Amino acid sequence: MNKDHYILGIETSCDETAASVVKNGTEIVSSIVSSQIQQQKLFGGVVPEIASRLHVEQITLVIEEALREAKLLPSDLEAVAVTEGPGLVGALLIGINAAKAFAFANQLPLIGVHHIAGHVYANQLIHEMEFPLLALIVSGGHTELVVMKSHGCFELIGETRDDAAGEAYDKVARVLGLPYPGGPQVDRLALASEQSVDFPRAWLEADSYDFSFSGLKSSVINYKHNVEQKGGHIVPEHVAAGFQQSVVDVLTVKTVRAAKQYAVKQVIAAGGVAANQGLRNSLTAAFEKEDIPFYVPPISLCTDNAAMIAAAGYEMWKSGVRGDSTMNGRPGMQLRSWNE
Amino acid sequence: MIWLGIDTANSPLSVAIVKDDVLLIEESSMMKVNHSLRAMPAVEEACRKASIMPYEIDAIAVSEGPGSYTGVRIGVTIAKTLAWTLDKPLYGVSSLKSLAMNGQFFYGLICPLIDARRSNVYSAVYRATSGDLAAVMEDQHCALEELLEKLKKLAEPVLFVGEDVKLHESVIRENLGDQVLFASFAMNVPRASSAIALAQLAEQAEKVHTFTPQYKRITEAEANLVKKESAHE
Ligand SMILES: [Zn+2]
Repeated sequence: MNKDHYILGIETSCDETAASVVKNGTEIVSSIVSSQIQQQKLFGGVVPEIASRLHVEQITLVIEEALREAKLLPSDLEAVAVTEGPGLVGALLIGINAAKAFAFANQLPLIGVHHIAGHVYANQLIHEMEFPLLALIVSGGHTELVVMKSHGCFELIGETRDDAAGEAYDKVARVLGLPYPGGPQVDRLALASEQSVDFPRAWLEADSYDFSFSGLKSSVINYKHNVEQKGGHIVPEHVAAGFQQSVVDVLTVKTVRAAKQYAVKQVIAAGGVAANQGLRNSLTAAFEKEDIPFYVPPISLCTDNAAMIAAAGYEMWKSGVRGDSTMNGRPGMQLRSWNE
Repeated sequence: MIWLGIDTANSPLSVAIVKDDVLLIEESSMMKVNHSLRAMPAVEEACRKASIMPYEIDAIAVSEGPGSYTGVRIGVTIAKTLAWTLDKPLYGVSSLKSLAMNGQFFYGLICPLIDARRSNVYSAVYRATSGDLAAVMEDQHCALEELLEKLKKLAEPVLFVGEDVKLHESVIRENLGDQVLFASFAMNVPRASSAIALAQLAEQAEKVHTFTPQYKRITEAEANLVKKESAHE
């Protein structure tokens, strides 16, 4: 019998303080997420200084809870994995310094994980990854298409040139007067609507896997202005539905095209916007038609969590990747392969 | 009894280990360092040089602010994580009081000062008592002008301590004249051993999980919210 390997994951890149223990990179033993949504709601968005303050209040509680729920001691762990970047620098620093102190106190190796690698590896917690694999990462800060030929080997084939998909969602939500966080509300309105306003799709160059959402956002703003100038009122449901269709359409078509071009065995979606029901439905239907296996983690693993960081950390640990106590928060960190 | 002390509340970094009332090692650096990069390595190095394993630490003292928001958070996060996982008592010590300890043999008022930009400061006024400092004015964020007015009224000799005092030296002189003395460079370095000395006087350890920095200032976003709310009333 092989020994089980437990990794402690810590994530504080934005407004969630999270810790988790994952077994052998695939099994969640515990996953604690303390969200700041209630506090940040007051400000209509994430205020970095407040996020950092709240992380300090939560960090040891959350780690303790993760270990308690896992019924494990620090000595049962193999390593500590923590989000090194990208994210809000002040927020990242709390998780990183807690991870460093914990690793030192318990004489454990420390591993710095890229947040997006974490989102990708959230999938490893629900099924085995098969390569080559295509990952669509969509969140408030990211819209990326990544091809993986093996574990820890990332090739970025497309990304947003302006707003991230989630950012566009939040901005449109604000235009529609929806409270923070607006993304899920746009999704809800869109799904309930039977009509939709027609908005353009930004396909960019014919062979490009890049995305652009700022034009779409402007179209929504212009549409509202035009209607209101004529003394009318927009129907938020119809706008939400039209906006969502445009975003989902572009994401789906480009992801399908990339999956075929790279002849991948598996397509996965990850990130906060992968919790969007409209997008999930569209991708599921499209890949069913193409007969390519498509997976998206349950919503709790799409939004920020530490299990995904532990899952990615496990693969890095297996590959011999180690960080040390000079680790710094890297707000603009690039996704780099640890296996070539 | 082995104490670990950490002060990253402002740009200087200080780490100390005190064993049975002997200062085994102290590293204090006035160089502008990135605490996120340097703080934990400094703790590790101090332990290694003093041949101390982490589990041998009996108590932890940390400078809890006020000061640089990010700096103080790094020290506090490290200290509370160590205290929690090692299950050892944690003591938070005012960064200003700790700095004022450098003037503990001064017969008069001791005024530690940290610049807070736009003519504001974090400051306090202390008076040395036997082995401790008594607050004449509590730690606060205030206009430098306001502080100087208070000191003028107290009409006693004042010793200013802290690297940031330089930034305001002329204004201080103008206002307080020969009532004032300035500490030398050797006395302007915050020392983690002072944090330990003050922690040893504390009656009670902190509750580790809920322990947070003393920012002495709400965030701008909160201030704006308060403004907005009072405008609505
Ligand atoms: Zn994320």
